Amino acid sequence: MLHITTLHYLILGAALFLLGVIGVLTRRNVVIVLMSIELILNAVNLNLVAFSHYWQGMPARLGGGPLALHGQIFSIFVITDAAAEAAVGLGILIAFFRNKETVNIDEVNLLKW
Amino acid sequence: MAPVATPFFFYLFAAIMLIGGILVITRKNAVHSALALIVALLAQASLYLMLYAPFVAGVQIILYAGGIMVLFLFVIMLVSIERSMKERQFNSQWVVGIIAATALGGLFIAVYAKGRDIFPDGVSTIMEGDNTQKVANLLYGQYMFAFEIASLLLLVAIIGAVVMAKKRI
Repeated sequence: MLHITTLHYLILGAALFLLGVIGVLTRRNVVIVLMSIELILNAVNLNLVAFSHYWQGMPARLGGGPLALHGQIFSIFVITDAAAEAAVGLGILIAFFRNKETVNIDEVNLLKW
Repeated sequence: MAPVATPFFFYLFAAIMLIGGILVITRKNAVHSALALIVALLAQASLYLMLYAPFVAGVQIILYAGGIMVLFLFVIMLVSIERSMKERQFNSQWVVGIIAATALGGLFIAVYAKGRDIFPDGVSTIMEGDNTQKVANLLYGQYMFAFEIASLLLLVAIIGAVVMAKKRI
């Protein structure tokens, strides 16, 4: 490949997303599950910034142009959400570890019937 | 400034990110996973720079690699990892998980193979000097309300984290 297009970034984002999904579905350690969620959010962020770059090269009558930075704005909001999610998730993890002395996600079955 | 050797750096950082991601989901020690995730996040910040998004790259380094990952490392140190390292690392549904992820990957491949024609090859070269200014104009102009809601969300997250981690309320 001689030059890098938007599709390259999308494929990289999809691969990272898949890695995150595999981590969420297969790991037992809650901390690593939360880190896999961060991987998923980062894959989405990469897609958003790549599309922002793509739209900056589009003509202005379609909504593009150098001011079309909406993808970057949205990725900043996603980073904010990731911070909030990590803080609350790790707080829940600490509360859970205090009660049951484990970090394994398949032993978290208090609400399961 | 025109980009230099874009394919080389793209594949380099993409390889770093993918290796980091694989290490995150395969390491037994959670500290190693966190360090691999930091490497992947820094490589992603470099990719943001290649996409002419320097402000998002800075936010990524300061907030993700600097803030969130320190939080993760603190919590890993708080909970005991010695016991969980001796145990089984993958849960009993891992076969189903891999199958579901493979199906999702097939879906991605199908969509991208079908839709690859709508992405033109033309690469835009934009001067990135005033990127931060433009982002700020949008953030404090058109997205003012969403910005305020985000601050409210962070407040709720602070209260939630304190309430969850507190021993006795």
